[in-house]
Amino acid sequence: MTNPGPMICPFCGPRDAGEFRYGGDPKAARPAFGSSDAEWAGYLYVRENARGVAKEYWVHSQGCGQWLIAERDTVTHVIQRISEATA
Amino acid sequence: MTAARRKPRYSALALLREGLRGQSGWGPAWRSPEPKRRYDAVIIGGGGHGLSAAYHLAKDHGVTNVLVIEKAWLGGGNTGRNTTIIRSNYFNRESQDLYDASLKLYEGLSRELNYNIMFSQRGSIELAHSAADMEGLRRVVNAMQVSGIESSLLSRDEVLAMVPLLDPSPNTRWPVVGAAIQRRAGVARHDAVAWGYARAADGFGVDIVQSCAVSGFLIQGGRVKGVETPFGLIEADVFGMAVAGASPEMARLAGFKLPLLCMTLQAMVSEPLKPCLNHVVASTPNGAYVSQSDKGELVIGGGLEHVPSFARRGDLRKTAEVLASVVEMFPAFSTLKLMRQWGGTVDTSPDNSPILGPSPVPNLYLNCGWGTGGFKAIPIGGKMLAHLMATGKHHALSAPFGLERFATGRLIDEAHAGVAHD
Ligand SMILES: Cc1cc2nc3c(=O)[nH]c(=O)nc-3n(C[C@H](O)[C@H](O)[C@H](O)COP(=O)(O)OP(=O)(O)OC[C@H]3O[C@@H](n4cnc5c(N)ncnc54)[C@H](O)[C@@H]3O)c2cc1C
Ligand SMILES: [Zn+2]
Repeated sequence: MTNPGPMICPFCGPRDAGEFRYGGDPKAARPAFGSSDAEWAGYLYVRENARGVAKEYWVHSQGCGQWLIAERDTVTHVIQRISEATA
Repeated sequence: MTAARRKPRYSALALLREGLRGQSGWGPAWRSPEPKRRYDAVIIGGGGHGLSAAYHLAKDHGVTNVLVIEKAWLGGGNTGRNTTIIRSNYFNRESQDLYDASLKLYEGLSRELNYNIMFSQRGSIELAHSAADMEGLRRVVNAMQVSGIESSLLSRDEVLAMVPLLDPSPNTRWPVVGAAIQRRAGVARHDAVAWGYARAADGFGVDIVQSCAVSGFLIQGGRVKGVETPFGLIEADVFGMAVAGASPEMARLAGFKLPLLCMTLQAMVSEPLKPCLNHVVASTPNGAYVSQSDKGELVIGGGLEHVPSFARRGDLRKTAEVLASVVEMFPAFSTLKLMRQWGGTVDTSPDNSPILGPSPVPNLYLNCGWGTGGFKAIPIGGKMLAHLMATGKHHALSAPFGLERFATGRLIDEAHAGVAHD
């Protein structure tokens, strides 16, 4: 859930924001086999958690189902850019 | 020397005397001095945890050359935004020990601080709506009883007799089939907790500065030398941070990252009513909880908004969802008007347990990650931070809650500790 007002899906256009769900932090790669416990802890638990513009996964769960990457301001909730999440 | 000796005591007699004197003799509850350049200890964050830490530094450890730095006003963060539920019904032994120690401190707090925090141990009831819910509650109640903490199960008839406004129909989406109760649990006056600690800490000589944000750290030789503020650099031997939703930012300023995610938790109150609800009543499956304040308002809370946010305002869709749940539980509340609604930025940790202990910077200590449930822990959280700052070592109660648990994998999972583990 975010602020009311439409969110723009690159596939479906402006849609009610309630159709979208936050899907996590687009992460750095998984640590290599044999990495230290601290590296694993960083990967598993430490979040960027920026105050300001953040890169985030979103999914248009009640629309086309597509995973997206949004650049969203975590203070104003304004989405500056949103595009398809590619692997 | 006790705080009470340094401050004019609040009492019925003082009230009478001031009534006769035209209320002319009440001094300020705490001073607002200009901060000095240097202290023995500096605490960042004037919420409940920071103020409690200052009090315990002075009282438990005799460290009184202390500064509390608050960006806005005392208790204006989550401490002043929360639904004030105080309970210790957690599953893991480490959590039970920590939260029950806090509950015990709350039981004596009004007297200890000479400040009425209005702690009302009216009992907290967690509803079950299915046999599976009941099993879940039985598991927690058993775990608590094993640890010697009072808690018990209620049958459907018992809970409906205690809370007659609950919908008794077996045909609702969430029929009441039973409950768990912790009778020592309750609610307190949030501002009074912050103000009471501030007044008592001030009585020991602790300085408190408001409207003063820490904007950076001066780190020399791997240690914090001072914090940057509008008053310039303020130095100390040891630092503690208790800034809740600002913890990731504060950590970044000190050069490290924390396993926290900040999101919005909201709460709301109805118009005031005559007394109609004698307990705190929560339904985790239904996603809402409610109690009645001394002013008569229904104080309502629900689950987290699962989106990273620092906005400190609740999404109205969540408001509607929580209110729908309350009305489902209490049909008689459906005609009430909502008076206020607000949000706070809560710093949630991966296992829903707080982070207490050293930070990666040796003389900076952490008190954060309380997320949605740290009001109940203000007495103990402050005491633990004070212990860490004064001795450089963990207290036995805080030892399991260090930052290193995320690397060792020894998490203290309280993911199911309540609606939003309020
Ligand atoms: C809606 C809601 C309901 C809740 N309900 C409950 C409940 O029923 N029971 C329960 O136990 N808990 C509850 N909680 C959680 C509880 O409110 C918090 O865990 C607790 O208040 C945290 O206290 P604190 O002192 O750590 O943080 P805060 O009270 O947030 O204090 C942190 C302070 O740090 C200050 N600060 C930030 N940045 C800086 C800076 N740069 N420099 C100086 N100061 C700074 C802030 O201004 C703030 O005053 C709820 C929270 C919310 C939002
Ligand atoms: Zn779409």
